[in-house]
Amino acid sequence: MRGIKKDFFGNQVLTDINFTLGAGQVLGLCGENGAGKSTLMKILFGMDVIRETGGYSGDILINGEKVTFNTPFDALTAGIGMVHQEFSLIPGFTATENILLNREPQKKNVISEVFGQRLNTLDYKEMDRRATAAIEKMGVEIDAKMVISSMPVGHKQFTEIARELSKEQLKLLILDEPTAVLTEKEAEALLDSIRGMAARGISVIFITHRLHEILAVCDQVVVMRDGHVVRDVPTSQTSVDDITRWMVGRDVQSAVTPQEAKAEKADARIIMSIKNLWVDMPGETVRDVSLDVREGEILGIGGLAGQGKLGIPNGVMGLYEAGGTVEFDGRSIPLNSPRKCLDSALAFVSEDRREVGLLLDESLEWNVAFSAMQIQNKFLKKMFGGLIKWRDEKAIHDVTQKYIDALEIKCTSSKQNARELSGGNQQKVCLAKAFALEPKFLFVSEPTRGIDVGAKALVLDALKQFNRESGVTVVMISSELEELRQTCDRIAIISGGQVAGIRPATDPSESFGALMVSKVI
Amino acid sequence: MKMKKSFNGFDFLQNNLVPLMFIIICVICYPLADLSPGHLLNEIVNRMGRNIFLILSLLIPIMAGMGLNFGMTLGAMAGQIALIFVTDWQIWGIPGVVLAMLLSIPLSVLLGLMCGKLMNMAKGREMILGYMMNYFVGGLYQLVVLFLMGSVIPIIHASVRLPRGFGIRTTVNLTSMRQCLDNLIAPRPYGVKIPVLNFIIIAVLCLFIIWFRRTKLGQDMRAVGQDMEVARAAGINVDRTRIISIIISTVFAGFGQIIYLQNLGNFATYTAHTQTGMFCIAALLVGGASVEKASIGNVFLGVILFHTMFIVAPRAGIAITGDAMIGEYFRVFVSYGVITLALVMYEIKKRRAKSQGGALLAQAQKEGGVQA
Repeated sequence: MRGIKKDFFGNQVLTDINFTLGAGQVLGLCGENGAGKSTLMKILFGMDVIRETGGYSGDILINGEKVTFNTPFDALTAGIGMVHQEFSLIPGFTATENILLNREPQKKNVISEVFGQRLNTLDYKEMDRRATAAIEKMGVEIDAKMVISSMPVGHKQFTEIARELSKEQLKLLILDEPTAVLTEKEAEALLDSIRGMAARGISVIFITHRLHEILAVCDQVVVMRDGHVVRDVPTSQTSVDDITRWMVGRDVQSAVTPQEAKAEKADARIIMSIKNLWVDMPGETVRDVSLDVREGEILGIGGLAGQGKLGIPNGVMGLYEAGGTVEFDGRSIPLNSPRKCLDSALAFVSEDRREVGLLLDESLEWNVAFSAMQIQNKFLKKMFGGLIKWRDEKAIHDVTQKYIDALEIKCTSSKQNARELSGGNQQKVCLAKAFALEPKFLFVSEPTRGIDVGAKALVLDALKQFNRESGVTVVMISSELEELRQTCDRIAIISGGQVAGIRPATDPSESFGALMVSKVI
Repeated sequence: MKMKKSFNGFDFLQNNLVPLMFIIICVICYPLADLSPGHLLNEIVNRMGRNIFLILSLLIPIMAGMGLNFGMTLGAMAGQIALIFVTDWQIWGIPGVVLAMLLSIPLSVLLGLMCGKLMNMAKGREMILGYMMNYFVGGLYQLVVLFLMGSVIPIIHASVRLPRGFGIRTTVNLTSMRQCLDNLIAPRPYGVKIPVLNFIIIAVLCLFIIWFRRTKLGQDMRAVGQDMEVARAAGINVDRTRIISIIISTVFAGFGQIIYLQNLGNFATYTAHTQTGMFCIAALLVGGASVEKASIGNVFLGVILFHTMFIVAPRAGIAITGDAMIGEYFRVFVSYGVITLALVMYEIKKRRAKSQGGALLAQAQKEGGVQA
C-alpha cells in the first residue's frame, strides 16, 4: 500500500480536501461537529447517502490506483473497514457470531447440494477459531461465547473492531469515535490495540474528540473545520492547545463580533432552577445537571453532539424519561408530563421539527394555533354559555398572518400545508407556534439545523427580538458555537452529560472549545 | 455492573403467567371432570399426534422476527384444496396423504410468497397483516371451491360435488384415509393408543428445525429477526430471508393441516381452516412462548396444557352447570384471551426494558458518582 490520496471539490460540505496516509500509520481526524468528518468518511466508505445525494467529485487513490466505491461492500472488498459510532451488533448473538456475521465458515451437506448454499451448516469450530484469532489480534480479553446484550459497552466496541479485524483483506480501518463510550481503562486498551494494528501494517483513521488520545497514538493529525482541512501535521509537532485552537478558531474574515455586552443582568432573579437532572434520552444522556436560568436572559447551551445538550430541554419538557427537580418561577414542575410544563407557560421548539414540531399535513394556521388552542383555550369562541367551543377562524387567520409577516415565512397563503414549505420556513412556523403560546420561558433546540445562512440570521434575530420585546427568557441549544456567541448572554457547555462550565458569550472561542472536550466520556 | 442472575419471583411469575394459569385451571377441573387417567392420556396423545406438526410450523417465522404467523391459515387452505383433489381422484390411504402433501406444496409456496412479499411491505405489522390476509385469501378460497371447482376445474365424483353440478359439498369425507397414519403402527400399552408414525414425522420435523437453526439460512434468519438494519449492513438479503421463512412456515402448515384432517376423518369445506391459526397460536402461547421467542419445548407443553383443558373443561362444565356448551365457549374465549394477554405482555416487557435505562441512571446519580 503506497498511500491514499483524496481530493474533493465543489460541494459546500467539503471543499478541496487532500491528505495522504501511509501503510501502517495512524491518522487522527478531529474537528467540531459539522466540520465534515463524517461526510468524508462516508465518501471513503461508499455509503449509499453519498450516491443518493449526487455523489462527490475528486479522486480516492489506494495504492496509487483510483477507486470508486458504489456501496459499502465495494469498500469492504477493497480492504476498508469501518466501525461506526452506533453499534451494529445483533444483541442476542454471541461475540463469535457477531464477529463472523454473514461470513460464517460453512460445511456442505446433502441437503445443501440440492437446495443451494444457504442450507450449508455452520462450522462452529472454525468460527470459534477465527473469532479467537481476531480477538487476539486486538490484544484484549473478551469472552467470545458471551451474548452481546449482556456485555459491558466497552466489550461491544471491541467486538465490533474484532469483526473488522477478522476480515483478511483489511488494510484500512476507520474508527469513528470508538472511545466515546469506553471507560478510561478500556480506552487505554483500545489505544494499545490500535498501536498493535499499525505495527501489523494496517492503517487506521481515528476520529475522536479526546485530543490527548490523538497525541498518544497517532502519527499524523488532520484538523477539519467547515469542510476544509485546516491543519495536517505530524503529531510530534503539535499539542492539545494547538489542536483546540485550530478546531474552533475562525478565519479572520468570517469572524463575527460577539454581540455587545448587554446591561448587566447578574442581579436578575432566577426564574428556572434545575437541580440534579438526569435524562434517559438515547444518544444524549444527561447526568446530574444543575443549572440556573435568570429571568429575561438568553442562555445558550452548547457542546459536542451526543454529550447531552439536547437531553436537557427534552427532559425538562417531559419528552424523555427524566429525574431530579426543576423549579420554575418559585414552583416545582413535575417531570415526565409535557402538559404540566405547557400549562406553566413553558414552551419548547423541538430539534425534530418534522416529527415533534409540526402537523405536516395541516395548514399553517392550524400549526400556529393548535397548541395555543389546546393548552390555553385561545382562539375559541364560546357558544351557548360555553357548552360548545367554536374555533375562531378569524383570530387564527390574523395571528398566523401576523407571524408570517414578522418572520418572513415564504408561503402561498396561510392555508398552505406545512409539508410544502422549505426547511427554514418550517422552522419559522415552529417558532411562530411557540410564540403564539405567549410563553414566559422558551426552550429552542437547534433552531438553525439544516437551514441556510439567510434564514439562520432571520431566525436568530426573531428570537432576540422576542426576548427583548416580550421579556421572555430563552434557552437556546445549538451545536454551533458561533451562533450561540452571537445570540446569547451566557453560554453553558455540556460535556459528558454534565455542565462543564458557564461563561459569558464574550469569552474567546478557545475557552469554550476547551470546555467542550473537558469531560468527554 | 451487578447483573447477577438471582431468582426473582415476580419476574418468574410475569414470564410464565400463562402456563401457570393453565396448570391451575387443569388441576382444578380434572377432579370435577371425573375422567379415568387412561381415557385422558389417550385423548391427549391422540391430540398431540394430530396437532403438533401444525404448531411447529409457527416456529420459523418467530425465529425470523416476524411474530406469530397468523398467515399459516393460508397453508391450511392449500392443504384442504389438495385433499379435495385427492379425495376426488379416489386415492386412498397413505398414498393419498402423501400425494395430498405433494400437491399442497406448489400452492403453499405461491401463497407464502405472496404473504411474505406483503409482509415485507408492512414491516413491524406482520401479525395484523397475516390476520387480515386470512380473510382475504379465505375469500379467494371460497371462490375457487364454491364456483370454479366442477365448472372450470374438473371434479369427477358426484359425491364430492354439490348437487347443482359445481362447487364442493359442505363436508368432505375422508373416511378412506381416516387415521391411516395414526393406525399404521399403533401399539396400545395400557390401553393408550400411540400413533407412532405421527410421532416419527413430528420427531423428523423437530430434528429438521434444530438442524435448520445451525444452517447459514437459519443463522441469517436469527440475525434478521433481531436486527434487520444490522443484518442488512452485513450483506444479508433481509427481504428474501423473511420471504423464505414465511414460505417454509406455509408449506409446513399445509402438511400439518393434512395430518390434522386425516386424523379427524372429514372436514367442513368452508370453515375447517378458519380457526386453525388462532388455536395453534393460542396453544403455542399457552406453552410459554412469546411473540419473539418460542422453542420446541413450548410447543409440546402448550399442546398438552391446551388440550388437557379442552378435555376436562366440558366435563367439569357439565358437572357444575349441567351444560356441555361451556367447554366450547371456554375454548374460544380462552384462545382470544391468551393471544391478547401475550401481545400486551410483549409490549409491557419492551417498555420495562426501556425504562430500565432511566432507573440505572437515577441509581448511579444517587450513589454519588457519574456512571462510568
